[in-house]
Amino acid sequence: MEIKSVKYRIGKNYGFKVLVTIFAFACVVPLLFILFYILEQGITKINWHFLVNIPKPVGETGGGIANALIGTILIILCASVIAIPIGILAGIYLSENKKSRLAYWSRLCVDILQGVPSIVIGIVAYFWMVKPLGFSALSGSVALAIMMLPIIVRSTEETLKLLPASLQEAAFALGMPFHRVIFKVVVPVGISGILSGVMLSIARITGETAPLLFTAFGSPYLNFKVWKPMESLPHIIFTYATSANDEWKDLAWGASLILLVWVLLLNIFTKLITRKWKVQL
Amino acid sequence: MESTIIKSRNFNASFGSNHVVKNVNIDIPRNKVVAVMGPSGCGKTTYLRCINRMHELIPGATSSGEMTINNENIYQMHPIFVRLKIGMVFQRPNPFPNLSIYDNVIAGYKLNGIKLPKAERDRVVEHSLTRVALWNEVKDSLSKKGSFLSGGQQQRLCIARAVAMEPEVLLFDEPTSALDPISTSTVEELFHELKTNYTLIIVTHNMQQAARVSDKTAFFYLGELVEYDETRIMFTAPKDSRTQNYITGRFS
Repeated sequence: MEIKSVKYRIGKNYGFKVLVTIFAFACVVPLLFILFYILEQGITKINWHFLVNIPKPVGETGGGIANALIGTILIILCASVIAIPIGILAGIYLSENKKSRLAYWSRLCVDILQGVPSIVIGIVAYFWMVKPLGFSALSGSVALAIMMLPIIVRSTEETLKLLPASLQEAAFALGMPFHRVIFKVVVPVGISGILSGVMLSIARITGETAPLLFTAFGSPYLNFKVWKPMESLPHIIFTYATSANDEWKDLAWGASLILLVWVLLLNIFTKLITRKWKVQL
Repeated sequence: MESTIIKSRNFNASFGSNHVVKNVNIDIPRNKVVAVMGPSGCGKTTYLRCINRMHELIPGATSSGEMTINNENIYQMHPIFVRLKIGMVFQRPNPFPNLSIYDNVIAGYKLNGIKLPKAERDRVVEHSLTRVALWNEVKDSLSKKGSFLSGGQQQRLCIARAVAMEPEVLLFDEPTSALDPISTSTVEELFHELKTNYTLIIVTHNMQQAARVSDKTAFFYLGELVEYDETRIMFTAPKDSRTQNYITGRFS
C-alpha cells in the first residue's frame, strides 16, 4: 500500500517534468520555424544587387530594396534622436523622485503608453504632423519615438533604482552637484542597463508597420530627405507581399529576411553589451 | 588650549514628524578624535549627517538650530562647499565601481571637473594612499577597479578619497562595522595618524572602539546628547546614570 502510493507519486512527478519540458520546447518551435522558413525563402533573393538597387517598375526584372534599407535606417535614427534623450532623462527623474506626484502620474502614463496600439499612435502622428505638413519620414519617426519612449524610460528607471544609494551618497559627500552625480556617477555605472533598454526599443520599433502606413507612407524612390515620404523595410514587405507580382513577392521575402536578421543581431548585440559593460558593484 | 572647529547650538533634526536629534549642543575641538556612541536609533548617525548636510538629501528631512565650522554657519554656506570642507566615510565601503583605484582617489577632483596637472594628480594619489597605509599594497595595480580590493582595503580607499580633497573635518559613520577585526584595527590605527591634520568625528556602535581611538566621547540616547566629555572620564567616571548603564552593558 505504502510502496504503491510512493510509486504513484514518483510517476506523477516524472510525468509533470516531461510536461514542463515539452512546453519549454514548444516555445522555441515557433521562432525556429519562422527563422527556417524566412531563411529558406529569402536567402536566394539576397545579393549585392538586391541591397544597392531600388525596386523596378512592374514588368521589369531585378530591383532591390536600397530605398527601404536607407529609409528604415533614417527613420530609426530620427526616432532615436528624439526618444533617447527624453527617455533617459525621464527615467532619471523617475528613479530620483520615487514618491513625487509627478513621478506617479508620469509612471502611470508611460505604462499606459506602452500598451497603446501602434496604429493609434500612428493616427496621432498623422493628425499632429501629416495633416499640417504632409507625409514625411519625420512624422513616422515621431510615431516610432513615442513607441520607444516607454521602453527607454522604464528600463532606465529600473536600472538606476537598483544601484545602491551608497553610490550617490559617496558622490554627494565629495561635494558634487546633482547633475554631476547623475552624469558622472549614476549613468556611467548603470550604462549597460540603459543601453540595453535603448537597443531593445530600437529592435521593437524596427518592425513596426502600422504607424508608418500613414506617416512615412512609402516611396518607390531612393530618398534621403526626412521631410519627404520614405520607404521602410516593414512597409515594403507589406506592400510587395500583398501584390500580385512575383518579382515583388521575392523582394518581400528578401526584405523579411533582412529585417529578421537585423532584429536578431540587435538582440544579440544587446546581450553582449549588457555583459561587457556591466559594472561590477 | 584647544580651539573649537565644529560647534552646534540647540541643534534639532527630524524625518517628517519623527524628531531624531533633540537640542544638541556640542563643541568639537580641532585635530582631535571625537567618538559618538549610543544605542541604535539614538540619532547619532543623523547628527553626523547633519554636519556635512547629507541629512537634507533624504526626502522629508528637516533640521533647525545652529551648526558652525570655524564660526561660519554651515547652513548658510552652499552644501557643496560644506562637503568639500567636511569629508565623509560611510558604513559600507563604497568606492566608485566604474573607476580605477587611481581615479577613485582623485574622484573628488575628476568628477567635479577640477583639472589638475598630471604630476599634481600623481602626487595627490600617492600622498592620499600613503596616508591611509594603502600605497604599498596597491601601487602596482592603480589601474585596476576599486571593487577588486578587499573590504578593508576598499574602506581605506574611501578614506583616501575623502583625504584627497584636503578637508578640515572627516566624518566616519560606523566605518568598521562591515570590516573584519584585522581591517578594523588597521583603520583604527589610521585615526591616530589622521588627527594630526584633520578633525575626526566617528560614529560607532562599539564602545571599545570609542575607548580605544577617541580623545573625547559623546553619548547619545533617544536623540539627546546625554554626556560629552574626555573619553578617559566618560569610561571611568561618567556623571549621568544612563551613560553608566550603557557602558556597563545594562542596555545596548
